Amino acid sequence: MRPLTEEETRVMFEKIAKYIGENLQLLVDRPDGTYCFRLHNDRVYYVSEKILKLAANISGDKLVSLGTCFGKFTKTHKFRLHITALDYLAPYAKYKVWIKPGAEQSFLYGNHVLKSGLGRITENTSQYQGVVVYSMADIPLMIPVAPVRREGQHLFQQTSFCPVLQLRRAKHSMEVGVKI
Amino acid sequence: MEGQSVEELLAKAERDEAEKLQRITVHKELELEFDLGNLLASDRNPPTGLRHAGPTQEAELRALARDNTQLLINQLWQLPTDRVEEALVARLPEPTTRLPREKPVPRPRPLTRWQQFARLKGIRPKKKTNLVWDEGTGQWRRRWGYQRARDDTKEWLIEVPGNADPMEDQFAKRIQAKKERVAKNELNRLRNLARAHKMQLPSAAGMHPTGHQSKEELGRAMLVAKVSTASVGRFQERLPKEKAPRGSGKKRKFQPLFGDFAAEKKSQLEMLRIMNSKKPQLDVTRATNKQMREEDQEEAAKRRKMSQKGKRKGGRQGPGGKRKGGPPSQGGKRKGGLGGKMNSGRPGLSGKRKGGQHQGGKRRK
Repeated sequence: MRPLTEEETRVMFEKIAKYIGENLQLLVDRPDGTYCFRLHNDRVYYVSEKILKLAANISGDKLVSLGTCFGKFTKTHKFRLHITALDYLAPYAKYKVWIKPGAEQSFLYGNHVLKSGLGRITENTSQYQGVVVYSMADIPLMIPVAPVRREGQHLFQQTSFCPVLQLRRAKHSMEVGVKI
Repeated sequence: MEGQSVEELLAKAERDEAEKLQRITVHKELELEFDLGNLLASDRNPPTGLRHAGPTQEAELRALARDNTQLLINQLWQLPTDRVEEALVARLPEPTTRLPREKPVPRPRPLTRWQQFARLKGIRPKKKTNLVWDEGTGQWRRRWGYQRARDDTKEWLIEVPGNADPMEDQFAKRIQAKKERVAKNELNRLRNLARAHKMQLPSAAGMHPTGHQSKEELGRAMLVAKVSTASVGRFQERLPKEKAPRGSGKKRKFQPLFGDFAAEKKSQLEMLRIMNSKKPQLDVTRATNKQMREEDQEEAAKRRKMSQKGKRKGGRQGPGGKRKGGPPSQGGKRKGGLGGKMNSGRPGLSGKRKGGQHQGGKRRK
């Protein structure tokens, strides 16, 4: 477990800033406690200082996870955001997309969302913008990796449907565990 | 009235004097023991007043300390004084108390190789004189060191021995031998030191070529030899197919786990600020470069079309003229390779017409 280097922090911030923009500083500088990012086994964890001090007592090979996993660094040092970061990114999202209840199930099982399944979308969402997907009941569902492709402004050759969002599967749950 | 007040004043003055004296003179049952060299006073009187258990008796302790300090200072005033740069200074005697050791006792060092050998053989150090009579200079000179008695490197005349090569430089030979002796001595000294501190010397254990060395040993020897240059192997060329050695980089250093949270936060916020402020600038450069590249590609496509359609002899000069005017106008930020190639390629074609027709055809493909 170690803090992130300058380079790694920059890469991670650039990725997260695609979804929440300047609100990222609210994650870094919180009024209700000191939270920090730590790297363990190539995964970035967002953890409060209190829990960090407890986790420091566990040896590295036995520590599975701590705090919230935001994502991981791949072998080529690119940052991949995970679904477990959703709870922290959703409140600060700049561009939101709401999908209708009918399309919601299909979306969660991995299919694209058709234009007809789109409920609301924030204004001024540019093409290929990073968004957070909500259900109609304002529950955050997803942070898509390939962002919105908006067919509204540029009308290409008309097809019967236009794929809007691509889903990336959630892989990890949020438990803090110790391997025994 | 005034008389009374004067009497009162006098009485008061007397009382003050008595108090002062009382303050200066302290009555103790047992005299204190003084070590003025260390400014130390030891009080052996039984502390009757302090025997009560319970909360600390600040006032009594203070009084005791004041009394003892007063006695010590009284003693200091009795010492002989000096005057040092307009200050009156007391000359302290030698300290009598022996202070305990500051550091632990040094552990015994292991014997050097010579000492072990001498012990084995029972050799005792012979007492030698410091100075030796030097015949050549007619002086008493020291036995070793600067301007020593028998320094064979300093001789001005050396007889060449019968069996030696007449072209050999005997002076250089002696100097070389001296250097080797010094180096050997230095090596032995370092080895003794390493043995004393139980450290390992960087040795050349496996580096001597024996003829039956394994592949790994040879590899290790090669790596060591490569690094043993004045610039620590930086400018050593590699063979054509040789790969760079693994693990030769610096070990990375990371910040400590708990570091300074405030500093970490500050640096991250700073990074965010820079990121947010830089955003528009980068986009502009990328956009202009992209735009230029698109324009170049369009022009290249147009040129190709025109050279295909128009007649060869007539058509060559036209596009050539336009071409020469075209690319230099697009200055600014661009990756220079594309522009350079275009400029160098075309004039050659337009120059050689008869011979160049075939070349042009080939190039077009």
